[in-house]
Amino acid sequence: MQTQVAQDIAKIRHQLVEISCKNKVPHLACSLSSVEILYTLYFKIMQINPEQPQWSDRDRFLLGKGHAAAVLYSVLGFRGFYPTDAVMSLGEDLSPFEEHPGKHSPPGVENISGSLGHALGLATGMAKAAKLQGSSAHFYVLVGDGELNEGTNWEAAMFAPAHQLDNLTVVVDFNKLQGTGRSCDIMQLEDMQEKWHAFGWNSTRIDGHSVEELEQALAKESIVAGQPRAIVADTVKGHGISFMADDNNWHYRIPTEEELASVAETLGIERAEG
Amino acid sequence: MRNKFAECLTRAAETNESLCLLYADIGNRLFDKLKGVAPTRTINAGIAEANMASMASGMAQMGLHPFIYTITPFTTARNFEQIKVDLAYANVPVVIVGTGSGLAYANLGPTHHSFEDIALMRVLPNMKVVCPADSMELEALFPQLLEEKGPVYFRIGKKNEPLNYVEPPKLKIGKAHVLEQGNDIALVCTGPVLDVGAQIAEQLKQEGVSCQLTSLHTVKPLDQDYLASLNEFKLVVTIEEHSLVGGMGASLCEWSMDTRKPLNILRCGIPDEFIDQLSSNQSARERIGLTAEAIIPKIKSRLD
Repeated sequence: MQTQVAQDIAKIRHQLVEISCKNKVPHLACSLSSVEILYTLYFKIMQINPEQPQWSDRDRFLLGKGHAAAVLYSVLGFRGFYPTDAVMSLGEDLSPFEEHPGKHSPPGVENISGSLGHALGLATGMAKAAKLQGSSAHFYVLVGDGELNEGTNWEAAMFAPAHQLDNLTVVVDFNKLQGTGRSCDIMQLEDMQEKWHAFGWNSTRIDGHSVEELEQALAKESIVAGQPRAIVADTVKGHGISFMADDNNWHYRIPTEEELASVAETLGIERAEG
Repeated sequence: MRNKFAECLTRAAETNESLCLLYADIGNRLFDKLKGVAPTRTINAGIAEANMASMASGMAQMGLHPFIYTITPFTTARNFEQIKVDLAYANVPVVIVGTGSGLAYANLGPTHHSFEDIALMRVLPNMKVVCPADSMELEALFPQLLEEKGPVYFRIGKKNEPLNYVEPPKLKIGKAHVLEQGNDIALVCTGPVLDVGAQIAEQLKQEGVSCQLTSLHTVKPLDQDYLASLNEFKLVVTIEEHSLVGGMGASLCEWSMDTRKPLNILRCGIPDEFIDQLSSNQSARERIGLTAEAIIPKIKSRLD
C-alpha cells in the first residue's frame, strides 16, 4: 500500500517517462533524479499560490540544470499551476513547455535556463534585491553536480555569504553522472558538503530521494541567520525506474512504448485506454 | 567621463530608489559619494563579472534598475554569454557600463582594449548601444537610460576627454546629433573620437570643403531618418575607436546594402589586428591612423 506522497511521486515519474517516450525528448534520467527534491519544495516547503503565480512575496524556485525542465513542468502541473496534461505539448512548436525553459514559459517557471551556471547567480541577485526591498521571500535553486563544473557558481557562492543572504538555498542534485561520464572522475567534486561549508554556507548532506530528509533539511528551522544554505542531496540518475537507474545511456535515450508500459506497471499506474 | 557618470548616478540615486550599482571591484573612491547617498545599493560584486551580470538580471526581475560597471572588455567580452541570456534574452532593464572603452587604456595593452564591444553588443536582440562622446553627451543621455525597459550598453571613456560642447546638448537615444551643418562630406563619429571629426571639419573648411559633423552616439537602434539623409553627400566618413569589423561604420554599410541606398563610405577605425607596446591613447591613434592628419589625405584621395 503506497502512501499519498509515494503515489504522487510515482505519477510524476510516470509522466516524465511518458513525455520522453511520446514527445521524443531526451534528458529523462536527469529529471528522474530531481523528482523528490522538487516535490518536497513545491508541496511541503515553498510559500506560493498557484492561483497567483506572480504574487510579489512568493518564494521562488530557479532551475539551474535546465535540461531537467520536464520535472519542473510536471511538478508545477500536479501542484495546480495548470492542468497536469498541459505538459504533454513539451517540445512542440510554440509550446510554452520548451525543452529548456525560455522567455515564454508557463506560469510558475521563474527563470530562463538551458545554459548551465546561471541560476545561482540569478537567485543570488534576487535574494540580494529582496533584502534591499524588505521582502520575506526565500529563493531556492537546484543545481546539478555536472553544472557545478561551471565557475560562475563559485563566484555566486563567494558573494552570497559575504552579503549574509540567509534567504537563499541551493540544493545540489548530486547524481554522480554528467553528460558523458562519472562526474567525480571528470572534476574533483568531493567533498561536496565541505566545499560549500568552506565557502561560508550552512551545509548539510542528505538522501535526495527521501522526502522526510528533504523536508527536514529545507525547513525554516534549519536556516542559520546570516548564512545562505546548501543542501547536498545524494541522488541516483534515473532513480525509480529499475532499468534506468545509474545508467548514463538514459541521459539521451528515449524510452519505447513497451518500456513505458513496463514503467507504468512497476509504478502501479493505471493507464488510460488507448 | 567616468567621474561624470558617477556624478549622474549619485544624483539619480537620491530620488530613484530602484537604482543600484554593481561594480567589479574597480573605481577606487569613484563611488564614495554614491555610497553616501545609497550605501546598500552600491554593491561591490567582486572581480566576478559573469556572476555580476547574472545577479543584475535577478535584481532587475525583482523590480530594481541595476547598472553594472567595470572596464569594458570585462563587462562585454568576458561575461558575454551571461549578457546574452540573462540580460538580452530575458529583456530586463539593466545598464551595462563599460569604462575606458576603445583605446582609452592603450598603455595597459590588448587585455584592456575594447575594439570588439560594439560588435558584440549590437548583435544581441533587445540590446541598445549608446556611446557618448564626452561628459556633456553623457550627462544629456544619462536620464534616458533610466526610462529604458530593456538592456542598454553604455560605452563610456575614462577621463579628461576633450569637450565638444559648452553645456549638455539636447540629445535623444536613437537620434543622431548634428553639431555642424555641411554639404560635401558627412563626418559621422561615435564616441570620444568626435574631436577628431571636429578637427577634420575645421581643417577642410579652411580648404573650402563643407563638412557635416555628426555624433552618432546611438549605434543601435540606428537613426533611420538620419541615415536616409546621407545620400546627399559625396562622401560619408565614419570615425570610431572600434574595430572596422562589426563597428558603427560596418553597421552603416549593412544598412546601405539592406536598404539599397548606396553611400560612398570611408571607414576609419581600428584595423583587424592587436595593437600593443603603446604609451598612450594618442600614440595608439597615431599608430593606427585615427587622427585628422592621417584621415584627411584619405578623404582627399576618395574625392579625387
